[in-house]
Amino acid sequence: MRDSKLLKIALLIVLVIGVQELTTVTDTQYYLTQLTMSAYYALLVIGLAVVMGYAGQISLGHAGFFAIGGYLSAALTTHNLVALQANPVIHGLGSLGMLVSGQDIYGEQLLVVAPWAACIFAVLMAAIIALVIGIPVLKLKGHYLAMATLGFGIIIYRIGLATEYFGEADGISEVPGFTLLPAIGSFGPISVSGDFGLRVENYYVAWGLLVIGLWLLLNLIDSRVGRALRAIHGSEEAAEAVGIDTAGFKLKVFVLSAVYAAFAGVFLTHYNGGIGPSEASVMKSVRYVALVAVGGMANVWGTLIMGVGLTFLSLRGVFGSYDDAVFGAILIVVMLFAPDGILSMNVKALFAGRRTTDEHEAKNA
Amino acid sequence: MNTRPRMLELKSVYKNFGGLQAVHDVSFGVAPGSIKAVIGPNGAGKTTLFNLISGNLNVSSGSILFQGREIQGLKPHAIAALGMARTFQNINLFHGMTALESVMVGRHVRSRAGFLAGMLRTPATWKEEREIREKSMQLLRLLEIEEFADVEATSLAFGQQRAVEMARALATEPKLLLLDEPAAGLNIYETAEVGRLITRIRDMGITVLLVEHDMSLVMDISDEIVVLSFGCKIAEDVPTAIQQNPEVIKIYLGEDEEAVV
Amino acid sequence: MLFLPVFFFDYSSSVSILCPLFSIMTQALFFQYLFAGISYGVIYAIVAIGFNIIYNTTGIINFAQGEFVMLGGMISISLLHFFPLPVAIVLAVVITMLVGAMIEIVFIRWLDSPSVLRMIIITIGLSILIREVALHIWGESIRSLPYFVGNELTTVAFGPVRISPQVFWVVGVCGITVVGLSLFFKLTSVGREMRACSANRTAAILCGINTRNMVTLSFMLSAGIGALAGCVMSPITYTQYDSGTSLAIKGFTVAILGGLGNSMGAVAAGILLGIIEAYSVAFVPLAFQDAISITILLIILFVKPHGIFGSSDAARLKEF
Repeated sequence: MRDSKLLKIALLIVLVIGVQELTTVTDTQYYLTQLTMSAYYALLVIGLAVVMGYAGQISLGHAGFFAIGGYLSAALTTHNLVALQANPVIHGLGSLGMLVSGQDIYGEQLLVVAPWAACIFAVLMAAIIALVIGIPVLKLKGHYLAMATLGFGIIIYRIGLATEYFGEADGISEVPGFTLLPAIGSFGPISVSGDFGLRVENYYVAWGLLVIGLWLLLNLIDSRVGRALRAIHGSEEAAEAVGIDTAGFKLKVFVLSAVYAAFAGVFLTHYNGGIGPSEASVMKSVRYVALVAVGGMANVWGTLIMGVGLTFLSLRGVFGSYDDAVFGAILIVVMLFAPDGILSMNVKALFAGRRTTDEHEAKNA
Repeated sequence: MNTRPRMLELKSVYKNFGGLQAVHDVSFGVAPGSIKAVIGPNGAGKTTLFNLISGNLNVSSGSILFQGREIQGLKPHAIAALGMARTFQNINLFHGMTALESVMVGRHVRSRAGFLAGMLRTPATWKEEREIREKSMQLLRLLEIEEFADVEATSLAFGQQRAVEMARALATEPKLLLLDEPAAGLNIYETAEVGRLITRIRDMGITVLLVEHDMSLVMDISDEIVVLSFGCKIAEDVPTAIQQNPEVIKIYLGEDEEAVV
Repeated sequence: MLFLPVFFFDYSSSVSILCPLFSIMTQALFFQYLFAGISYGVIYAIVAIGFNIIYNTTGIINFAQGEFVMLGGMISISLLHFFPLPVAIVLAVVITMLVGAMIEIVFIRWLDSPSVLRMIIITIGLSILIREVALHIWGESIRSLPYFVGNELTTVAFGPVRISPQVFWVVGVCGITVVGLSLFFKLTSVGREMRACSANRTAAILCGINTRNMVTLSFMLSAGIGALAGCVMSPITYTQYDSGTSLAIKGFTVAILGGLGNSMGAVAAGILLGIIEAYSVAFVPLAFQDAISITILLIILFVKPHGIFGSSDAARLKEF
């Protein structure tokens, strides 16, 4: 089990490197931009897959967590704090090295929060909001849970759209890149930014983050916690009876997925150099649910493949003006014909399908 | 009856559903290391009583002590963590899990790895996982279902599903085991097997409280029996005395003639 | 009173005039807001009743409910090129009903006891598809039916208050719809069979009721009343391809507030929400208008999920 997991991850890494080499050879490096973005979206989607597939809770508000991460990090690293320099809090942050100063294009002095500090703050805030929202929301089930998470997503969208601090309808642009690793000798520095010359490096940053995120989640699923989550999905009553704190676990996995979403938001925003309100829209949240559904709910690998694949096609504009319609259609088709996901369909039908029906008959007899 | 400290103690427990009194002023204790059975005609409130003890329902009034500690108001998982495990009348297994995995879930309260340890796959978790797996296999062997370890639990035969459920409950290393009709749906041979198993569990030092319809099983294995009728306790005694109790005979002859063997 | 005809339709232009006025809010103004609130409220109530009809027969919350309202408006606007207004509206309602029936037959009917999660996702997918189809047919432009009587400047004096006659159309048509529906459920045999389905599905099957047809019928009914609401409201709220989503959320809020499955509760809750929204113009920034109903929804879900008018006993029996 564990060996096959490591083998698959190794294959993925080989594939990631292979694709990059291929784009160099074929001189199609422009694909790397969308592949980088797809990797960040996939990071969010695999986190959501654990909430939906393993803990059995639907969330129609995950674009909200993505936006919390992206918007906070963007706002903190772009809003000039020079006017507030005298403020003791700001001063304190400065002496802790959490601020960076520079000059804007007009030569004015610029003082903003350092990207790394902004990143940590944004992800922490997303986690705290997920915790606070999650306590009442996760008590709900079915339609109520769906509507409550949808409502949360819309409120975040509205806040982005209506708040001057978050740039209203225009969003925030000119977000600086940030240095992930300082230069060590001739190696590095590695920074997350949309800089044309850093395309290959950013491709590896994104995919590196995704592979690490994937590895952590796969470990989690195989662990005691993962078993408990699957048990909750299987039967909440029985899970309680063996001592699993079902409410606590649902909450923790919800927060974990919010952290994944926020990380994706932070990195993608610094990579793109900006974020707009559409990233928080309901349609985005629905799209993430569609990707989890088509990947097979309780199937992190399937979700990863479909998440990267479909997002890449969408970003390349393959679906044209039918972009949203494609994801709507995917939702319906998958839920009607293959509720376990597209990837599991053939395999199950060919190998396991016959046997399980026999077993069902034996059980019913 | 017994002067030793009680494993479980119910003190005038009431449960009302709207206007319906499902449990009415029931008090009894369960001595450590004993097998106690709760019997009564259908609708006597047996399963409700079980759900009150396991924390799935809250009492309307009265108190329930487990090892001398008030557990009324605790969530089911907290009660389970204190050392009380249960099975369900209608088998309640986890969909999509193998028999072995189902039992491994039962080790939850006896293991610790959290989110962070699980995600980072620390060496401590390997060791713990190995222990969980070994202990769970032992239990499957104890219940003679180790050959089905890798079969999806919900696709097993009925009796085997009951065994998985029992193994899962035992995996929590309970001090008190609640069995809700462990012989329901089993044939005579399997019922006798379950009886032997329950006795063995008791001999391992686990106190057992069971609800059961099968009188021969109850009379065979129980140390003491509580009889409920319409939510009220009408008798509590050793099996031989219960069999002679005129009131018990009356409700069983009146309500369910086949039940008295 | 120069802002009267537009005050509840175009907040952005009127809000700046209104805010200072609020400190000296006249009695007339108070009633203007009240009527605005009521006319919006009955629309929300109709959407909520649409949710309830389908919920009662199937246990499904149809996330595409708001799209029926949008379809009603859009189809009637298109048909207006060929037919007089009343005919266009009737045809739009009939066509939307057929769409509702088709959706049920194609996507829902043959599913064998699907999980709630599956149904949520399918109906969300349907709402997206309908919206996208509408986008490709009608584009992004904002359209509207003409006022049924007069134009946007016509008002009716009502004591010191002047009200657009369309408000009476909205309230009147919605009122007749609610009364008509309750008579249908009480008096006709089909209506009684539908109620039997919602009370106890198995028993209904045993009585020889074709529950599957009843489900199709419930989709047609809720599509029909949604479309009708979409027509009468179009002159004042306008219709756009994506106007369904926010209506669906408000309708759902109202359905929950009134107690899921309870139509009279929905009417009361709808008017309540409409009035709250109308008066909130003075206190809540324009951009957060939508957030009001969502906030109410979240509070209700957290505090009293069976609704302020719903009974907790009935709610416990239903599966969520």
